[in-house]
Amino acid sequence: MIIIGERINGMFKDIGEALRNKDPKPFQHWALKQQEGGAHYLDVNSGPAVPTEERPEAYKWMVNVIQEVSDLPLCLDSTNYDAIEGGLKLCKRPAMINSCPAERAKIERVFPMAVQYNASLIGLTMDKKGIPKDAENRVAFAMELVAAADEFGMPMEDLYIDPLILPVNVAQEHAPEVLEALRQVKTLSNPAPRTVLGLSNVSQKSPDRHLINRTYLAMAMAVGLDAAIVDANDDDLVDVAATAQILLNKSIYADSYLKVFRTR
Amino acid sequence: MPVTLVKERYASKVGQVVLGATAEEGGTRTSVIRAGGDGTLPYLHFEGKVENRPVIGMEVTDIVPPWSDNIKNQFGDVLGDPVAWAKKCVEEFGADMIYLKLIGADPEGANHSPEQCSQVVKDVLAAVGVPVIVVGCEDPEKDNEVMAAVAEAAAGENLLIGLAEQDNYKSITAAAMVHKHNVIARSPLDINICKQLNILINEMGLPLNKIVIDPMIGGLGFGIEYAYSIMERARLGALAGDKMLSMPMICTVGYEANRAKEANVGIEEFPGWGELQDRGILWEAVTASALLQVGASILLMRNPASVRLVQRNISDLMEQNA
Repeated sequence: MIIIGERINGMFKDIGEALRNKDPKPFQHWALKQQEGGAHYLDVNSGPAVPTEERPEAYKWMVNVIQEVSDLPLCLDSTNYDAIEGGLKLCKRPAMINSCPAERAKIERVFPMAVQYNASLIGLTMDKKGIPKDAENRVAFAMELVAAADEFGMPMEDLYIDPLILPVNVAQEHAPEVLEALRQVKTLSNPAPRTVLGLSNVSQKSPDRHLINRTYLAMAMAVGLDAAIVDANDDDLVDVAATAQILLNKSIYADSYLKVFRTR
Repeated sequence: MPVTLVKERYASKVGQVVLGATAEEGGTRTSVIRAGGDGTLPYLHFEGKVENRPVIGMEVTDIVPPWSDNIKNQFGDVLGDPVAWAKKCVEEFGADMIYLKLIGADPEGANHSPEQCSQVVKDVLAAVGVPVIVVGCEDPEKDNEVMAAVAEAAAGENLLIGLAEQDNYKSITAAAMVHKHNVIARSPLDINICKQLNILINEMGLPLNKIVIDPMIGGLGFGIEYAYSIMERARLGALAGDKMLSMPMICTVGYEANRAKEANVGIEEFPGWGELQDRGILWEAVTASALLQVGASILLMRNPASVRLVQRNISDLMEQNA
């Protein structure tokens, strides 16, 4: 199970401010803290903190200050592909691009870039019209993304399909559809693409966020989830990921498995 | 019609352990052994790199061992003289390493002191240039004393020492860390304990590339299939990136194969079994070659005639099939 730490995001006040003031400390603090928590990747998202035209510079700066303290690979998260490309040029380890929807123009921009920089890529099962209601249409978009990987020569293991989970308090009917989509995505090709979720979205504005997150994580892992963008410092959640991996026989049990799961 | 081979891609490799140290590296060995490092299932050269050739460590004991005459006769008068015996194994039988078992330390037997044991190790190191593996007498308390003394006496030689087990690993791990040796981590045919023991040893501070897994085996006809499946799981784990199972594996082939009745009982008792001499040789050789197939890196063997057969088998396996 690949844990992508979500905390370096301009939507959080400390990161937003630090980005405006070019203060590396909060970035470096959260890089190390998430690494300790068990993150394999660090998501990096400027959010709305800087104007669009300044984002390529902002991503370069963020990549540099994070890499000063952490060896973890980065997951560059933006809808501004020039910003992502600026960051990719500086990444010391193969990065992940977050993300590309199933829209032809964007596919043509992002897939070749991912291949060029040896990056993996999160593909979203949506287009301009938005997120489908059911599993079937999610899988149809996933198929377009799988075909694109094939077309542009991206190894299938580098493509992460995100079937897009919505908050359970307003869109409850999506939760089982996403599980079904995860199951079917794994049958689209051999080798299969990998799968990812922006997990915390499922519990937006619910009082029992942590419980909802970890329950859904275990359910999703059972049907084929390979990676999740999460709060890597939610210890119970990371424990669930480690335990589910054991119960799915994905890694070999040892009494210290919780500790080993966090060892990088 | 050309056949396209289906090739698997692996995320990781088996870890590599270096045994022995030359003068430049602070020891006195004339050569070192590199074990493990493979990036594929055993001998699938077409799929990945078989980094290092498996090696044979020949068993030498500090006192005359209770072995069958068929084996003892091949060594002649060197039994009981570990120095001459070790030299013979290297010079005459082509052993890659010496596996020195200090059975004379047994408190129920000859009860040699830690100092006596250390002297034997030093003498053997002086007599041969190959890397050396040293284990005690399998009395945990005595072994802790003996191996601490041996580790100190042979500091710098980068020995492979044993045995670390789940309920007795701290003392030998500490000795290996202080005097810079490698440790054999033995688990009782149990993949979960195997992994946990590696974690515990590593937590003490010994790097993963200083640990060799002894999964324990059964000889041919005595549970070798259990050993095979555990070793297969460890190897698949290593290739999938499980660092705590990524160490190369060592197998006590000579000991297990020669415990079998089939390696010891004469034709008079079981006419259908054929001549003991051939049978004994084959029992050990076939045990070894089965374990090579599942990724054993270091074979600990006794019978020189079996060693010869397995050396040929290793050469065949190392030929490219890509």
